[in-house]
Amino acid sequence: MIKEMKILKRHGIQFVPDLKEAVLTPLFRGRPVIKEDISKSEAEHIKKICPSDAIVTEGGFGIDLGKCVFCKECQFACPDKIKFTNDYKLSSNKRENLVVRKGYKEIKFDEQSIRPEIRKLFKNSLKLRQISAGGDNSCEFELNAAGNVNFDMGRYGIEFVASPRHADGIVITGPITENMAEALQICYDATPSPKIIVLVGTDAISGGMFKDSPALNRDFFNNHAVDLYIPGNPAHPLTFINAILALIGR
Amino acid sequence: MKKYLETYNNTHSVRINDIPVLTYDEFCLLAEELFSEQHKHCLSYHAIDSGKEICFFCIVADDSNGKIYIFSHRSAKPVPELISLSPKIEQLQIFEREITENFGIVFVGHPWNKPVRYSHNRHDTKQVMNNYPFFKIGGHEIHEVGVGPIHAGIIEPGHFRFICNGEKVLHLEIHLGYQHRGIENLFVNENEGLKRCVLSESIAGDTSVGNALAHCQLIESLSEFNAPEDLQIERCIALELERIAVHIGDTSALCADVGYQLGQVVCEALRTTIINTTQFWCGNRFGKGLVRPFGTNYPLKENTIAEIRKILSDSGERYFTVAERIYSLPSVLGRFDGIGAVTTDQAIRIGAVGMAARTCNVKRDIRATHPFQYYRKRRPEIVIQQTGDALARGVLRWFEAKESIKYIFDLLDKWEKIKKSTKPPVYNYKLKPESFAVSAVEGWRGEICHVAFTDANGEIVQYKIKDASMHNWFALALSVRNQEISDFPICNKSFNLSYCGHDL
Repeated sequence: MIKEMKILKRHGIQFVPDLKEAVLTPLFRGRPVIKEDISKSEAEHIKKICPSDAIVTEGGFGIDLGKCVFCKECQFACPDKIKFTNDYKLSSNKRENLVVRKGYKEIKFDEQSIRPEIRKLFKNSLKLRQISAGGDNSCEFELNAAGNVNFDMGRYGIEFVASPRHADGIVITGPITENMAEALQICYDATPSPKIIVLVGTDAISGGMFKDSPALNRDFFNNHAVDLYIPGNPAHPLTFINAILALIGR
Repeated sequence: MKKYLETYNNTHSVRINDIPVLTYDEFCLLAEELFSEQHKHCLSYHAIDSGKEICFFCIVADDSNGKIYIFSHRSAKPVPELISLSPKIEQLQIFEREITENFGIVFVGHPWNKPVRYSHNRHDTKQVMNNYPFFKIGGHEIHEVGVGPIHAGIIEPGHFRFICNGEKVLHLEIHLGYQHRGIENLFVNENEGLKRCVLSESIAGDTSVGNALAHCQLIESLSEFNAPEDLQIERCIALELERIAVHIGDTSALCADVGYQLGQVVCEALRTTIINTTQFWCGNRFGKGLVRPFGTNYPLKENTIAEIRKILSDSGERYFTVAERIYSLPSVLGRFDGIGAVTTDQAIRIGAVGMAARTCNVKRDIRATHPFQYYRKRRPEIVIQQTGDALARGVLRWFEAKESIKYIFDLLDKWEKIKKSTKPPVYNYKLKPESFAVSAVEGWRGEICHVAFTDANGEIVQYKIKDASMHNWFALALSVRNQEISDFPICNKSFNLSYCGHDL
């Protein structure tokens, strides 16, 4: 008993008091900032080195966080103009809003298009069922961490549950493999309505590094609308929690 | 003429034409001869389709002298039926299954030739996930329990089918493949260095550093590049940090599975401190972006070293205190001791590697037997456990984390003394033509082996990845035999094998 008390004393207080204002280490690769105009030749060069085709050139230079794997090589190529900041708020409910362009200071939520029942029903309690469909286990680790002693998203009534029948929505990680497509559909169908679909990690949002692999089957998205996109490779627990809070209006 | 080619782990590449080609009879005889000794195990055995013929390559690791033996067999298409080696050399069973799945080659006498992962380019597309041929046992008292592919927790998908008599598990069959993303082919199609490197970090995100290191070593072997000493040390530190973080995280999960909440939350918080140190160093909690070919974007700096030292001495001490408590509590020991035991004989026969082998008194650790990077100059202490049960797998993590922390401190001291010559990474490399290289790394689970072949232009034509889980899933299946089904979560967690590393 005394030993346990000693351990607990050293353990101290571990939870992050303010999940919205916590500051991550300076090197954390979060929301990129484009400080200056990128010339055409620079844009071509960066587009060529980007491993996941995340560079947008139509309508001006931009970085699509739905495709970005956060390798930071574009910053190494253009250190004066592109900088990955440690801002972990990367999510949006609208896919187009994930494209970062010059001068952007945040990633915007489109409040208008959030379904009203989401905030009405899930604001104080949201139970989620996670489905890994080809995820590399790093996003899965981070989702587990979102509920751990440090991040403790349970304080907001957000929790992962064992059965889709107990869930208010599904959280998908991974690029959706052909071999997992049916199980994903079954799990979605088993979740009672109204329900939300959340994509976590670049792989889930766009296929990421696997987008050209024939072993994927992303037909699920032809029939279902996504409520929340959470980029990252993997998505940090703070990115995930803040995204969910923004969606449910907390 | 020698019947096999000798090489060492990731020092240099070899010409494909120098690998002896044997008839299948000679191939089998040599395999039997080599595998008759316990200190030799299969690093990889696979086939590649070179157009007109199928080439079989068997790569054997000799733990006694650090050598790697390679021999091959070629057969014109269509390949005739071949005699299976698995009845005599059980550890080859999974590799023969993979060859059958990919190329439709019939191995006569294979006792268990079932699909491995339902790969996209499999030979027989009539085989689908839903008609996996599960083993059956008849009888009034027998029932089956199916679990997965989606599990209760936040983990990767896989299907487990138990055949039980009451509470007792008679047999567990593990059906995988849900995570198959066709990653090996992407390494061939993507001819850009950066893409390949980022891909390697996604083979198994929980072993990003291990897999990226295996990949970079392979590329460097195929370019005859020797990493400078300071880079080697940095890579070893990154790999050991990954090992420590996962071991502490697994201790937490094991405590959760037996309902010891103090151990769970304390270890959970300690794991966070370790992965945050990796994040402090490179900006990613899993070390993604840290290991790159020919150099690094994140050389160690004074403040990183100070942070690593501070966190490791503090968190290390706290972890040892709580681990000592965990493994001395009767209520915890009662749930681990003697549960899910794998015998030494079983471990050797199935070719278990890494932690799964070391808990069964089989000293298999690439860091010691086939050292790479700075492990060549300074070998870490290898931890061995005797009993092969869940307790051994838990205690091994504790002792290994201890050794790794000690090792990192040594490396940091050494790093501070030497000249720094690390450069930024290079991605537009040119590889040696018609060559073959093998790269093995001891990740936290066990050995990771990457193999590549290049063509006349130096382009990669075949890329093979083998995670420790490829061997070790079978150890999990054996461990639950005659156990209560309620012990399965502990057994599964104590092995903590990779689904995506297996399914690729």
